[in-house]
Amino acid sequence: MIRVELPAHLRILAHVTGEVRLDVEGQATQRSVLDALEARYPMLRGTLRDHVTQQRRPFVRFFACAEDLSHESPDAPLPEAVASGAEPLLIVGAIAGG
Amino acid sequence: MSEVRVLVGTRKGAFVLTSDGKRDKWDVSGPHFAGWEIYHLKGSPVDPNRLYASQSTGWFGQLMQRSNDGGKTWEPVGNKFVYDGVPGTHQWYDGTPHPWEFKRVWHLEPSLRDADTIYAGVEDAALFRSTDAGQTWQELSGLRGHGSGPHWQPGAGGMCLHTILLDPSNASRIFIAISAAGAFRSDDAGVTWQPINRGLRSQQIPDPNAEVGHCVHRIAMHRSRPSVLFMQKHWDVMRSDNGGDSWQEVSGDLPSDFGFVIDVHAHEPETIYVVPIKSDSEHFPPEGKLRVYRSRTGGNEWEPLTKGLPQSDCYVNVLRDAMAVDSLDQCGVYFGTTGGQVYASANAGDSWAPIVRDLPAVLSVEVQTLQ
Repeated sequence: MIRVELPAHLRILAHVTGEVRLDVEGQATQRSVLDALEARYPMLRGTLRDHVTQQRRPFVRFFACAEDLSHESPDAPLPEAVASGAEPLLIVGAIAGG
Repeated sequence: MSEVRVLVGTRKGAFVLTSDGKRDKWDVSGPHFAGWEIYHLKGSPVDPNRLYASQSTGWFGQLMQRSNDGGKTWEPVGNKFVYDGVPGTHQWYDGTPHPWEFKRVWHLEPSLRDADTIYAGVEDAALFRSTDAGQTWQELSGLRGHGSGPHWQPGAGGMCLHTILLDPSNASRIFIAISAAGAFRSDDAGVTWQPINRGLRSQQIPDPNAEVGHCVHRIAMHRSRPSVLFMQKHWDVMRSDNGGDSWQEVSGDLPSDFGFVIDVHAHEPETIYVVPIKSDSEHFPPEGKLRVYRSRTGGNEWEPLTKGLPQSDCYVNVLRDAMAVDSLDQCGVYFGTTGGQVYASANAGDSWAPIVRDLPAVLSVEVQTLQ
């Protein structure tokens, strides 16, 4: 079970409160977690990564275990603490706009 | 009893303003989609309770929303806008080739005949259509592919397709406008397109009479005379009496022929409205006076409409999608400002009053007249 924390605007869009808990098949990576997230909440498609290229949107960042994972490969394993559910994957809208 | 519903898109959400036919007391609903930019929302003429909205932010991109109950509740629909085939390039501000990249939906135009069909004008400029109530979108790529696309350049606000006019008398005829490419027409329901910019003169471009490259800000038509078009260009107010085949200037005695909005009275096809703006670098009304100008002669002769509008120290702008009219017997005219005011006139512009004063900057205003 993977825990994911969404930014406030996307919690409203997905009609969720608090953390999202996902069952992810196979290795826990950014890609597999986002695939599972979008499968459960189709309205999030296109908001975190581009529909076609699947690249992370520039102002979306991924953090976990006090580390910035935004520039990791989408297929790199997430930290064990995230994979085990001990720590959440934090999806954050970058602070921008003055 | 008639009812009027005003749909307002702002920098930080959507608002729905409703009134009875007297239009003197208003209910304000919103913000819907708080914190998101709502470039445009518009209702279907076939089913007025079917609304569509374009919702976006720089963080999370483009969303599309649909309501089936007049804006009380909304559901997200398809937001996948993919250019047809290899997108190719257009010109960047410096004249170098730049790949076509989808950024946002500027304008939505529901079909006049089918509540599930809707057109979307997007940045970078292209026209998309959905025939399943917004679930999926397909590009009408004959527009970008007609030949001049690689020469289009963005205006200061981006290279946006911001105007879509559907001919009520001819389902095959569509007009669109792009900043800063110009106006285009299709006579086969969007399959093929031709530029319709003859008569436009733009001193800011290398060839002032070029086939494309004109910064058209807005086009309007009266539904009873769809071959008569009125245009607010970057500079110049123009008119065409032949479906855009040629244009003539009708700026006449306006204090400035720069502006963004233009619209037509619901019952008088020769009565048109503009809001003059001082210049392209000073996006506010001349002399700090917010004045709507009305021509009852289809242009050239204009009268200022000032009653109820601020006539000193007013430095707001009125953006291109932010004026609309209702179709009650006494035609109502509405516009929103970047200062967050939405003004209404229940007497065709003779006098004005604010419906709301302190919304976020207004991006678009649409009106539905409900019976």
